[in-house]
Amino acid sequence: MEIFLIDKIVLIVAVFGITLLFALYSTYAERKVAAFIQDRLGPNRAGAFGLLQPLADGVKFFLKEEFIPKHADKALFILGPSVSMTTALMTSAVIPWGNSLELFDRVISLQITDLNIGILYVFAVVSIGVYGIMIGGWASNNKFSLLGALRASSQMISYEIAMGLSIIALIMTTGTLSIGEIVQQQNAPILGISGASWNIIYQPLGFLIFLICAFAECNRTPFDLPESENELVGGYHTEYSSMKLGFFLFAEYTNMFISAAIMSSLYFGGYNFPFMDQLGLPHNLVTIMGTIFLFAKIVLFIFLFMWVRWTLPRFRYDQLMRMGWKMLIPLALINIIITGLLIIVLK
Amino acid sequence: MHSLSNRSKVVVNKEMTLKEKMYLPAIFGGMMITIKHFFKRKPTIQYPEQKREFSKVYRGRHILKRDEQGRENCTACGLCAVACPAEAISIVAAERKKGEEHLYREEKYAKTYEINMLRCIFCGLCEEACPKDAVYLTEELAPANFDRSNFIFGKDKLVQPIGTSAHPKTYKPYKK
Ligand code: SF4
Ligand code: SF4
Repeated sequence: MEIFLIDKIVLIVAVFGITLLFALYSTYAERKVAAFIQDRLGPNRAGAFGLLQPLADGVKFFLKEEFIPKHADKALFILGPSVSMTTALMTSAVIPWGNSLELFDRVISLQITDLNIGILYVFAVVSIGVYGIMIGGWASNNKFSLLGALRASSQMISYEIAMGLSIIALIMTTGTLSIGEIVQQQNAPILGISGASWNIIYQPLGFLIFLICAFAECNRTPFDLPESENELVGGYHTEYSSMKLGFFLFAEYTNMFISAAIMSSLYFGGYNFPFMDQLGLPHNLVTIMGTIFLFAKIVLFIFLFMWVRWTLPRFRYDQLMRMGWKMLIPLALINIIITGLLIIVLK
Repeated sequence: MHSLSNRSKVVVNKEMTLKEKMYLPAIFGGMMITIKHFFKRKPTIQYPEQKREFSKVYRGRHILKRDEQGRENCTACGLCAVACPAEAISIVAAERKKGEEHLYREEKYAKTYEINMLRCIFCGLCEEACPKDAVYLTEELAPANFDRSNFIFGKDKLVQPIGTSAHPKTYKPYKK
């Protein structure tokens, strides 16, 4: 039991650290990607290739003045970013970061906890995340913040439905709600290639809907209306400064990392990679390679997020709502029906 | 209106076609454009380490030349001031006294010679107009300043220091 606890604590700390590191360097990557797409070089002065830039930014955040507006609700004002940050970090618990390691005659799973309702847990926690934005925007006592917060919540509601529906089709094919098991299933051989029966093959439309909704959930362009700087100054974080602002921004990048991880796990085989069982390598090595593959997929997804952000303008609010309710939800429903029919026909 | 470039597109508020309504083809097209730029060579010049080379005929701040014996060339004829389209030059002439032959080449010289660097458009017409080989535009930039009055360059800033030869950094023969 104690050893089990130590395993888990080490794993939690490692995942926590990696998540923070990813969020930290996403800010750097974002600036680099933006610069490269715009034919610039991006940050390159702090350290080699500007690699120390995130640290410099972090230090700067701490040194900035902590400012709470006079008419803001102090407790809620502080609670907002905290909720955002906490919920953003909580989802990493159910993601399988790798298969299992065999150390000292014990099998250690690289998933912090394999909840049998993992997907529901993710959805629940992610939806709490919008409370952080809501609370922060409300407590600021500023009309721009409030508008940003309102937009965030209505956007969240419209897109979460489509997202949930696209996941239902996935659950129909996999027959389980546990993310660990879903990833395990994708290990099955297809056309003689082991570890390649990724769900994207069975659910291309579902993935597309999920992807679009993930963009909306993370408040990323083209759905970054909650913080559209042209009309709302900074949206829900207009009044924030110093590390509290840092937390909001950090939560956004953490969310991006987590949704990249979830998309890789649900649709792109998680830690599975083609030919993984046919190479004849020791189990531990395969596990480590699998984890590396998972992170490669995550990095690719994060790049996709950034690539889209620096390509597209923002949707108008009515376009956003029309797309959510009139296009994505019906599409997701059709996807469920087609999936159901195919399951019956093929069985 | 007739288009000059022939590249203007007429904007119509028509219904979007199905392809346009799906957004995705257009998004994909856009992403292909940005990824091309992602891998392009960047035109950035890393300033303090790399400096952009000036053009061979760059025209910077002025210099008032001395001849080989260290005497000022300018004779205060005022042709540069007349030629100047920005009216940036003002000159007060004076007569050379006995004993000043080693300072001024001609019998008349410029007691004050001021160029207002805020007015100057660095056209180089003063250089073209000068019959005495006195005023030239160099490769140096006219530096920034906090005070307008400091932009009026007098003889202290313009005249070539004694003992310096015409070296390429401060003086570049513009005439062929
Ligand atoms: S460069 Fe042109 S504008 Fe400047 S002082 Fe000479 S003539 Fe006038
Ligand atoms: S600089 Fe040349 S043109 Fe101007 S006053 Fe002197 S001699 Fe005449």
